[in-house]
Amino acid sequence: MGSSAGEWSAEQIDDYETLISTTDVELLKKAWRNEKVSPEILPFEEALVKRAKEQIQLMEETVDDFVESGHDPLIASLYQMDLDRAQFLLRSYLRVRLQKNRPRNPSGFAIEKFMFYIWKTDTYRNRLSMEEEKFTERCIRDIGKHLEETVLSNLPDNYQSVLNQSVISEEDDMVPEPLLDTFVVAKCERTTRPLYLDGSRQSTGDDHFLMVPGDLCILRYRPFQEELMSGNISLV
Amino acid sequence: MAGQSEPHISLFSAEEVEFMAEDELIEIVPNMRMAPLNFICGDFGPFLPQIPTQVPLWLAVALKKRGRCAIRPPQWMSVENLTRVLEGERESQGSFQFNSMKALILCFFVDGSARDDIPDMYMVRSLIEDIRDVRIHKVETSLEKFSGTSAVKIPNLSAMEVNIIRPFVGRALQAFYKHDNPEKIPDVDRASSQQTRVANNEPRRPLRR
Repeated sequence: MGSSAGEWSAEQIDDYETLISTTDVELLKKAWRNEKVSPEILPFEEALVKRAKEQIQLMEETVDDFVESGHDPLIASLYQMDLDRAQFLLRSYLRVRLQKNRPRNPSGFAIEKFMFYIWKTDTYRNRLSMEEEKFTERCIRDIGKHLEETVLSNLPDNYQSVLNQSVISEEDDMVPEPLLDTFVVAKCERTTRPLYLDGSRQSTGDDHFLMVPGDLCILRYRPFQEELMSGNISLV
Repeated sequence: MAGQSEPHISLFSAEEVEFMAEDELIEIVPNMRMAPLNFICGDFGPFLPQIPTQVPLWLAVALKKRGRCAIRPPQWMSVENLTRVLEGERESQGSFQFNSMKALILCFFVDGSARDDIPDMYMVRSLIEDIRDVRIHKVETSLEKFSGTSAVKIPNLSAMEVNIIRPFVGRALQAFYKHDNPEKIPDVDRASSQQTRVANNEPRRPLRR
């Protein structure tokens, strides 16, 4: 069986993927998938986005040249398709991050779901790009103002905060936090160090978990955060 | 199947899966001469008549539509081979290294644009669908053995196949985890209590669509 279905063996697909992942399109696709699957916002891929933008710009000029010079229309249209795909990927990546600032459930009332949390958590705030930071700030201001005017100003004095249930709340208990204990599907890119699933670094018996490249797992997100950041695993 | 009956909770939409699959390489035989293409997503070509070359699926389909090439189906895409894979899947508990979703998507494209290049397209397609159903059924039954651990390996399953079972399996594991660690998640948002109920009902549901 191995030989007949061999084209699809995990090892080969993996070799092939390491080979092709040198293109920025492939890296961008991975970043987009990671961002889409992970329950929290990930560091902004600044260098990658910059490179992708430059390549897209270059390609736009090339396509324009083709069209102007009356080059073979087939070739021009093929380059245009490649350009469209790259642009789609870049937009998807940027968009999925913005939507992450928002609730996953669009029908929910708490519109800017994670915004307040991202804003008050330095780790998360530092993961935003400049533009995203501006966007978040503006959104918080506008939503705050909107809630203030429509609802909060009509409530009794003790219940007028956007962040707290009432004045006796000690924490910001109206700010939803990302649920890091959700389960995600991950693919191993590089062999991970043994992980202890309770999240500790110390072995408590033989409860450790080792992944080798090509492994596909369903796992709880929290203990694997670092592995994702270091690129040892990617999310699918 | 969980993901199919409730498309809105699938993480990746059908269009997005399709988009990703379009980057898979496939062999074509051009019938025209064209200089190499230096794309953002990589370099392909040169294209010479009758000389097979590897290109991404989207490019293959674009050229095929314009009558500039023939698509060469991969070797595994034959009725004999697929019948063997299906029998193997039915007989053994383990799964083979076969990416049924990728195969199915490939079928979808080939069916739409290059029907003439592949003999027995209809059979090929229905065989692959059967293989997928058997494989996903296996995963869903093996779910009984999952415990409340934090990680489960899913051997020999592809990422695309996972997309189908993800909504169900992910939430089922989450429910296990929640019950094992009531103190860690005192209060998951209200929506998830509804989700837990869905997950608990799921195993009793017939697996056929």
